[in-house]
Amino acid sequence: MTAPAPTPAVTELDCTRLSISEINRALGALPDGAHARITNPRGKHNLAVGLTRPLEITIEGNAGYYIAGLCDGPNVTVEGFVGWSVAENLMSGTVRVRGNASESAGASSHGGMVIIEGDASSRTGISLKGGTVCVGGSVGHMSGFMAQAGVILVGGDAGEALGDSLYETVIYVAGHIKSLGSDAREEDLTETDVAQVKDLVEICGFDHVDPANVRRVASAKQLYNFSALKDQKY
Amino acid sequence: MCGIVGLHLKNSQLAPRLGELLVPMVDALAVRGPDSAGYALYVADAPSGAFKYSLRAPHAEYEWKGLGRLLETRINSSIEIRPKANDAVLVTLTDEAPFRAALTEEAPDVKIFGWGRTLEVYKDVGHPLEICDRYGLPAAAAYQGLGHTRMATESAVTTEHSHPFGVAEDLAVVHNGSFSNHATIRRELIDRGHHFDTDNDTEVGARLIADTLSTGADLEVALKTIVARMDGFFTLLVATRTQFAVVRDAFACKPLVVAETEDFVAVGSEYCALADLPGIEGARVFEPMPEEVHTWTTEGA
Repeated sequence: MTAPAPTPAVTELDCTRLSISEINRALGALPDGAHARITNPRGKHNLAVGLTRPLEITIEGNAGYYIAGLCDGPNVTVEGFVGWSVAENLMSGTVRVRGNASESAGASSHGGMVIIEGDASSRTGISLKGGTVCVGGSVGHMSGFMAQAGVILVGGDAGEALGDSLYETVIYVAGHIKSLGSDAREEDLTETDVAQVKDLVEICGFDHVDPANVRRVASAKQLYNFSALKDQKY
Repeated sequence: MCGIVGLHLKNSQLAPRLGELLVPMVDALAVRGPDSAGYALYVADAPSGAFKYSLRAPHAEYEWKGLGRLLETRINSSIEIRPKANDAVLVTLTDEAPFRAALTEEAPDVKIFGWGRTLEVYKDVGHPLEICDRYGLPAAAAYQGLGHTRMATESAVTTEHSHPFGVAEDLAVVHNGSFSNHATIRRELIDRGHHFDTDNDTEVGARLIADTLSTGADLEVALKTIVARMDGFFTLLVATRTQFAVVRDAFACKPLVVAETEDFVAVGSEYCALADLPGIEGARVFEPMPEEVHTWTTEGA
């Protein structure tokens, strides 16, 4: 008979007693699989950034800019709302925000998953490079701007100029699209798309989204055209 | 980058604490604008019919009493002077035009940073928290207030170029961003008879707002005019004796967070500036959408 696995001790890091640098250093020193709680964030910036181990981190309240940016491994949950550029340049792991997110959520993410349960503001998933950004509510203007790879799922409505200058990122929108940006177009939904959205909806817990009833937005490839380079010499 | 904060009270019982609540808001955004700072307070403490003039002397040892005596003789009206560091609030029944003329005659080196029935403006160069202390913000009472921390981009780091800009009766303007067509609009306003104190881009926006208000319009209309006429990046927080309003440009490149409770409307460039306000946990927190004007009105001010 084997003993049950011990529950990992949870490290508490209080923003009223520790500086942001001290908190990030303490998180960086935790072993693989460790759990940590960040308390009293009160809109503080740069919490849980640059972490490269698999950790479970909860931020217990509203946080500021660049939360969980530049991370490669941890799962970070924010029990509140966040400011600009949450999970910027994420490489792997999941960043989940229970509330709303301000501008540029998931900007430039290469991998991993950013889940915003509320609304996200403008420029959501800007310059996405392979990550997955899922928003339960609506997104603001210029979301998906110049997004190169990866997937964006919007459970609500999308603002103006969605997917302007898109490359290979595909955007799914369950609600209304105010307007498409340059070189973005709506395309027919395939079975592969429906299967992918179904998976995302299950992971995120977005029960309000019907995977068979979303719009697929992708690049029309009139601005982005590699054939122009085909016969050129460098 | 700059930081803007504001507090508009719905519950007048908080008025004695407004300064105490505004100081940490300004301090939280000192990192967004460490070169200079300023704040505007709306305080209904002048006698009926009187104006308050927020004056700036060239140095802290300025002989305010002497200036008061000279001005009293010239305008033939009594004057009360409340000095604070380099600044003083001068209270008198005399209207702006004759007062300004008298001041220019008697003390051309003293500047008017704002005037009105309730408005007071304080601004200076230095760390925002030191400026708040220098002019007594922690103990100040007011029914609304706004603050600015400046990181200069378009014009020099001087007290005159700092915010708020108080360019019409009871009008105060703070700005995060930069207007790109300010020279064009400045020429138009000069052609229509407006006078400018500085070469600052925000002063142009402030005078365009004053120009619209002078037609009898309210802040809603004045800020829609800003959206229609001014190019560039802006989040503006603007107040008059009775109104408090915000607007962001079409791209919304400059941030703003609004928190509203039954007791107050608080605004700040970043949420961290609002996080310590009483009752913030239950506030409705939102970001104004691009080109959306939000106004709040003080009843009976």
